[in-house]
Amino acid sequence: MCGIAGLIHRGKTSNVGGEMTSMLQSLKHRGPDSTGFAVYGSGNPGDYVMRLKVAEQEDMGKGSGVRDLIEARIAEVDKRLASHDAQVKSQSRVTPYALRYVLGHSGDTEAMAKHIEEVEGVEILSLGNALELIKDLGDATVVSGQYALGDFAGTHAIGHTRMATESDVDIRSAHPYWAFPYNDVSVVHNGQITNYWIMRRQMERKGHRFMSNCDSELLAVYTAHNLANGVSLEDSLRQSIDEIDGVFTYLVATSDQLGMAKDTMAAKPLVLYESDELIAMASEEVAIRSILPQEIDTTDPYDEEVRVWQA
Amino acid sequence: MASVSDAELKTMSQEERARALGMMTEQLTSRSMFIEFKPGEEARFGYPWAPDVDFNKRTEIDADAMTTTEVNAKIRGLMREGFGTIVVKNPRGKHSLGVGILSRLNLIFEGSLGYFGTGLIDGPNVRINGRVGWSCAENMMSGTVVVEKNAGSTFGAAIRGGDLVCKGSVGSRTGIDMKGGTIIVGGDTGALSGFMMQRGRMVVCGNAGKNLGDSMYDGTIFIGGSIRSLGVDAVEAELTDLDRKWLTRKLTQYGLMPDKGVDHFTKVVAGKQLWNYDNLEPSEKKLIL
Repeated sequence: MCGIAGLIHRGKTSNVGGEMTSMLQSLKHRGPDSTGFAVYGSGNPGDYVMRLKVAEQEDMGKGSGVRDLIEARIAEVDKRLASHDAQVKSQSRVTPYALRYVLGHSGDTEAMAKHIEEVEGVEILSLGNALELIKDLGDATVVSGQYALGDFAGTHAIGHTRMATESDVDIRSAHPYWAFPYNDVSVVHNGQITNYWIMRRQMERKGHRFMSNCDSELLAVYTAHNLANGVSLEDSLRQSIDEIDGVFTYLVATSDQLGMAKDTMAAKPLVLYESDELIAMASEEVAIRSILPQEIDTTDPYDEEVRVWQA
Repeated sequence: MASVSDAELKTMSQEERARALGMMTEQLTSRSMFIEFKPGEEARFGYPWAPDVDFNKRTEIDADAMTTTEVNAKIRGLMREGFGTIVVKNPRGKHSLGVGILSRLNLIFEGSLGYFGTGLIDGPNVRINGRVGWSCAENMMSGTVVVEKNAGSTFGAAIRGGDLVCKGSVGSRTGIDMKGGTIIVGGDTGALSGFMMQRGRMVVCGNAGKNLGDSMYDGTIFIGGSIRSLGVDAVEAELTDLDRKWLTRKLTQYGLMPDKGVDHFTKVVAGKQLWNYDNLEPSEKKLIL
């Protein structure tokens, strides 16, 4: 089933970490397997924030050797960062298997990201100036607490509660997906993509990498491919309705935009609230109500509807 | 009211229970299957556990800190105390509020409901001063539900009777599989509205999305605005004087009568060209299959 949510404040920052936690906790019943957040802060110009995992949560129970392996992987990541002249301004170990780096880097970030991901067991969850992508097993409160998201200030965010139907219960298959290697682009999705393998092979032939077997990752790769080829976010969303088969509603966030697309059958839900200050959307209204307790007017976007909002 | 106690009902098979409750006259008539009360048995028009309520006896519930189960249990408890008008404040988009109410009641929600609001009801008059999520009044048997704002998809799925009204716009698949009753929408409706509709009437004052009335068996759809496309076997039909009178009466009743009247409405019915339209009764089909 899965639950998705998004919010964007117009022209101001807010506690989007806390707000998204509240929204996703309201959608826990739609997806108890994992929870993910893509939150967009103001960031420092020229700095990159890199979130990465060096193991899966379930690996931690596989004996003491895992910790040595993790340390070795982190050392290798640091070595490769140095080889790309990346300046590590800070590094924090958020969980035993997840790290957050703030980097100064002026070179080819795609080449650097690819080099780092060649380290076995290492996956970059996000790399960007504004985006911080967090995902883990557990409900929103647990993940938010674990990663200290409760007071994250930013302009917008998207999030996901996952009920695993197409692939494993692990961080790799959890949403959101970063649109590798496109900085600051993330995707959450509710639905099933029925031409996944055809589209995946097309994307792989064009040189894109997939880290999981989750059909939702295709939307991130597809979006990244379009954006890299000069297609606007809105056009990419519209194009996807014709090119991607299945039932889906998905949200895409960039450094300053939030977009949504609904498939031709409108089979997956989305409730939308719009005001001059805030746009909020979720699979169920109860999620919007969790941050807007006052009486509000909401609508259901129709089939093939595409919308993009600016922060 | 009833000749059968709850304890006795619990020991019965499903068929025995249906007969004991008066829902015994399962008839196959033409192409539709009815389950109906026997008109001669006045005492059977209510359910044995349905409380006698007084509409003038009014109370309020604040649902803010309550779970769905607690709110629904509270409504039932108040009905047993004879309250006939119940106002639920702060529903805050909770799912499945006001479901399964099988007797007369004035139920007012001051705010919006989530999914499956007021589903499986048979008799109450419900007013929702807000919006509703997916599948509002699903499987409604009788009564009225009036939504003051917008509604989500599958509005009135499989309803069998009663009036279901949304003064705003609704999502997709409105009235999917509806088997009777009336759905009225003040605004627009999305794709596949009236999909596999079997009986009843649907009125949409605004526009309809694609595939309207797809695979409908029977029933009538009236659209006041544009129709993006008709579904398989849905065809336009002539608006009759009877249709005009009925539309005028119903839309006036709910304050949705357009200034320009009802002559502009497009009537859509089943073309009945699909394979299932032949002259065989269901029982006859069973014999030959």
